[in-house]
Amino acid sequence: MIISTLAFYLFATLTVASAFMVISSKNPVHSVLFLILAFFNSAALFVLLGAEFLAMILIVVYVGAVAVLFLFVVMMLDINFSELRQGFLQYLPIGALIGIILMIELLLVVGGWQLSPEALQLSSAPTVAMTEMNNTEQLGSLIYTQYVYLFQIAGMILLVAMIGAIVLTHRQRSGVKKQVIAEQVYRRPEDSMVVRKVEPGQGV
Amino acid sequence: MVEFWDIYGLPTAIIVAKILAIVLPLLIAVAYLTLYERKVMALMQLRKGPNVVGFYGLLQPLADGAKLFFKETIVPSGANKFLFLFAPMLTFILSLIAWAVIPFDEGMVLSDLNVGVLYLFAISSLGVYGIVIAGWASNSRYPFLGALRSAAQMVSYEVSIGFVIITVLLCVGSLNLTDVVKSQDGEYGMFSWYFIPLFPMFIIFFISILAETNRHPFDLPEAEAELVAGYQTEYSSMAFALFFLGEYANMILMSAICVVLFLGGWLPPADIAPFNWIPGVVWFGIKIAILLFVFIWVRATLPRYRYDQLMRLGWKVFLPFSLIWVVLTAGFLIVFDMVPA
Repeated sequence: MIISTLAFYLFATLTVASAFMVISSKNPVHSVLFLILAFFNSAALFVLLGAEFLAMILIVVYVGAVAVLFLFVVMMLDINFSELRQGFLQYLPIGALIGIILMIELLLVVGGWQLSPEALQLSSAPTVAMTEMNNTEQLGSLIYTQYVYLFQIAGMILLVAMIGAIVLTHRQRSGVKKQVIAEQVYRRPEDSMVVRKVEPGQGV
Repeated sequence: MVEFWDIYGLPTAIIVAKILAIVLPLLIAVAYLTLYERKVMALMQLRKGPNVVGFYGLLQPLADGAKLFFKETIVPSGANKFLFLFAPMLTFILSLIAWAVIPFDEGMVLSDLNVGVLYLFAISSLGVYGIVIAGWASNSRYPFLGALRSAAQMVSYEVSIGFVIITVLLCVGSLNLTDVVKSQDGEYGMFSWYFIPLFPMFIIFFISILAETNRHPFDLPEAEAELVAGYQTEYSSMAFALFFLGEYANMILMSAICVVLFLGGWLPPADIAPFNWIPGVVWFGIKIAILLFVFIWVRATLPRYRYDQLMRLGWKVFLPFSLIWVVLTAGFLIVFDMVPA
């Protein structure tokens, strides 16, 4: 028991500390690396909660794919971060406002659970006991039965976003040599080669 | 104090012993994989290979290791020192921790995770960081180019690896690696392993792990003809050795994953007399060695892919094909009512 409590405080502290370093470090590449550290520690927190499937998905999706692309872009960009920081005071009120709104929302949710324990039961009602199914199966059975429409809508939104991103950024470039492998395979010697008999002293 | 020892001390000691029992043979296997590679390639090219150090060249890996160990570690002056030294360590650590969930025989596994397959997928998707961080921290042109190529390449082939894993999982009905192997234990011996019913997926998986481990013919991140040595250019001594060990340990790991998913893990090819006398661990090792032989065979045979061909193969050939195969497998299982409970 004491070990898991210690582990929780270790991972929670590291998450908060690395999240703070994301916004405070001078080098953008370091920021992304701290973001990855924050993802890792959140995954560890998921494991402590017994949600090992979510923990693995968090690492596969965010650390393995999203953050790689982040890092990829940030490394290639030549940003001057001190310039970016100049508007700090200007944007501070808006940022603080958003932060306060999020804080109030969190307090409402968690406070609601504290005030009426029935609300907490309502949110955890659909799942069966852990002894009958492990949490991967529970997630699957919930998503594909009870919440299947919401799940499909989320998928559609992602599809639209993907197509939108491709349409916005794709540009047709002319004059680019493209390899068409089928054409190369179907090319015969007759198409590109002429055999001539060259008489001496006359040239082609 | 005695209580504390019983609850925490003893289990920790047992786990540490198990870890050593996995890591030490693994490191020896890595050392001898380098010799195996040099010998096999030499024979394919009608040469002799290393044959001076020790009998039949058997001490060559140790000599190489000792040489690297006594070299000086050079950190380039413009490099980010912490990340520069962190990158090879990361590569090496990642190639070791994945072994925690690999079942060597029935019950012979360090941690029998419920989500073992996902854990392996997560760890293999992290491998790209070692290379990218190395390329960036070196603060030099060729390593950086190698790192960028590698990032794009590994992310691309991860997608098709994901779909291949999903197809296997559809047939198994569990994310646990022991269950994956057990579900291949059919009455037809080796013909009920998944490489027969899912043959195209097996081929795609094998080619994708070649790309994932940056091996030939997809070794663009370290293409020596264009990039000196790619992301490893600035590394020397033990830092280089860690990269090298990590890369070869990854090859063994990926072969092990392939064996678990498609070649029936520790199962013998047929459950009859001479075959089932041999313990499962040995079968597991033999299958890994066969796959590693193919790795080397490919290296000795095929020329390097061009970058656009590599991307085309990943995104335009493997991705649509594996996606269609996932749908086909799912449809087949539903129609013939073969969905595992």
